[in-house]
Amino acid sequence: MSTTVARGRTRRRERRERGALVLQVVALVAVLLLSVLLAIGLGPATVAPVDTARHLWAALTGGTIAADDVTEYQIIWQVRTPRVLLAVVVGAGLSVVGVAVQALVRNALADPFVLGVSSGASVGAVSVTVLGAFASLGVHALTFGAFVGALAASALVYLASFSRAGLTPLRLVLTGVALAYGFQAVMSVLVYLAPDGEATHAVLFWTLGGLGAASWGSLPVVAAVVAVGMAVLHRCARPLDVLALGDETAASLGVDTAAVRGWLFVVTSLMTGAMVAVSGAIGFVGLVMPHLVRILVGASHARVLVLAPLVGAVFMVWADLVARTLAAPRELPLGVVTALVGVPVFLALMRRRGYLFGVR
Amino acid sequence: MSTSNAKAPAALRLDRLRVEIDGHALLAGLSLDVAAGQVVGLVGPNGSGKSTALRCVYRALRPTTGTVRLDERDLGALPRRDAARRVAALTQENGSELDFTVREVVALGRAPHLRGNQALSRRERELCERAMADLDVTHLADRGVLTLSGGERQRVLAARALTQEPAVLLLDEPTNHLDLRHQIELLSLLRRTPTTVLVVLHDLNLAAAVCDRIGVLAGGRLVTAGPPERVLTAELVRDVFGVTATVVPHPLTGAPQLLYALSPSTPPGDA
Repeated sequence: MSTTVARGRTRRRERRERGALVLQVVALVAVLLLSVLLAIGLGPATVAPVDTARHLWAALTGGTIAADDVTEYQIIWQVRTPRVLLAVVVGAGLSVVGVAVQALVRNALADPFVLGVSSGASVGAVSVTVLGAFASLGVHALTFGAFVGALAASALVYLASFSRAGLTPLRLVLTGVALAYGFQAVMSVLVYLAPDGEATHAVLFWTLGGLGAASWGSLPVVAAVVAVGMAVLHRCARPLDVLALGDETAASLGVDTAAVRGWLFVVTSLMTGAMVAVSGAIGFVGLVMPHLVRILVGASHARVLVLAPLVGAVFMVWADLVARTLAAPRELPLGVVTALVGVPVFLALMRRRGYLFGVR
Repeated sequence: MSTSNAKAPAALRLDRLRVEIDGHALLAGLSLDVAAGQVVGLVGPNGSGKSTALRCVYRALRPTTGTVRLDERDLGALPRRDAARRVAALTQENGSELDFTVREVVALGRAPHLRGNQALSRRERELCERAMADLDVTHLADRGVLTLSGGERQRVLAARALTQEPAVLLLDEPTNHLDLRHQIELLSLLRRTPTTVLVVLHDLNLAAAVCDRIGVLAGGRLVTAGPPERVLTAELVRDVFGVTATVVPHPLTGAPQLLYALSPSTPPGDA
């Protein structure tokens, strides 16, 4: 008798939980679409959401536009749309990578750049500026240089931290942090030797990050890498949960911790490399969005990996909007905005919910 | 009240296990048989290789030489997930990086049985509920594991191991952190389940109460193994642990019980 009651209760809770997640996803997708539409319309030249939608519709379906509207159309379609979409991609991607990297190195302070990827990208980009590498690639040389630098840094961290026990969390973090100092030193030398201020500018862009370089040319590549990476990581939700219980327990549950860490490292490095190459190292988002989402919906990766990208994307769209409009026509560095807006929100939530992480 | 029902218990055999790390032999040719359905205890001083032996069985460690056999099949030759479907472990890790709910942690016991993000079936959900009831943690189901006391968490992790529906259950000092009542309850649960159990215990009296057989380890080797009343003698305790003890039969069960005196010179007839 009591078993039947308990069974009914289990089933009801199951339905309620699944329903809640679907509802959260639907609501966030709606908010994201609305945010994108608004953000594309807002800027030095403000376009009403209805007109924005009309222009987007025309662009997507190949419709015609009145001659008067051409400038507006250009701004909407060539400048703002790729930028806002890049905000979506990078916001979602950094949040997901943050979740994965925190699980990979078992450290609450980890973010996508803790393994030296961003400083590697900076070295790559600055080398292009100073030494003229990859000149044959034209305008894409800088992006390509940053990507190569990011991957080279990842490979170096991987090799340097690899030991008989596989990739152990602490070795990874220590190696990443140590090598980041090395890369920064190399970068300083390059800047010091550079004949003009161009290198300094490149360094600034890659260390603070920004979406000003968004274009239809680079967007599909980043979007594809991030989307595939997100799908792969989402399939690893359960092993990620298991990893949080500790390596011994993970082994007893049939999870090959060394193999999972290796895969996580490769996937997160590729995703971070692709994002850093086009947007630099936008801080804060990848560190804090994972925590924010866990505060709101709990720690289970099956939920966090679905909701974190949506929350991150919405946050990034608005942060970029603030960055490009608040002091217009000048642009604030995006990393500054993400921190100024995000930190108070995060602190408030953390205090209210009694959030726990890694207490033993 | 029986928890495991799906899988028949398996016979476990440690066959000349040798583990060397940086030239140190943690295990120096350990052999031990655990018959199907038996509860076998591993006792021995610190560093005698008890945990190392368990780690070889739950695949956290690959023995330098020797094999672990499950019903005569080489466990090391199985894919990890397949092995984890047959062998569950309650390790000494008592923490979690993330604040999962108790119910979520218990459900992770199904991880080796599920592919990708496959959801738990109804039977598996009920299995979780039953394991939580058996370990007296149902009232904590929606609490975060990081808000629990060490003992409560230990019971949650034990429930997780039972949810794995193993043929062999390994426990490394399962009574750590547990209060007296829950120590007794956990050990009587081990007696009740049909699963084969290999358990590391420090408390020799609890080991005598719960185990069919006890294996005594020292220096990575098996000193002796057998039923508690044959193994737990004053002589052995002195030789292996360097402690003088008086052995008396339990007035109710007849199991050997050890009484200690703190001062080494006190016991009469000291050898």
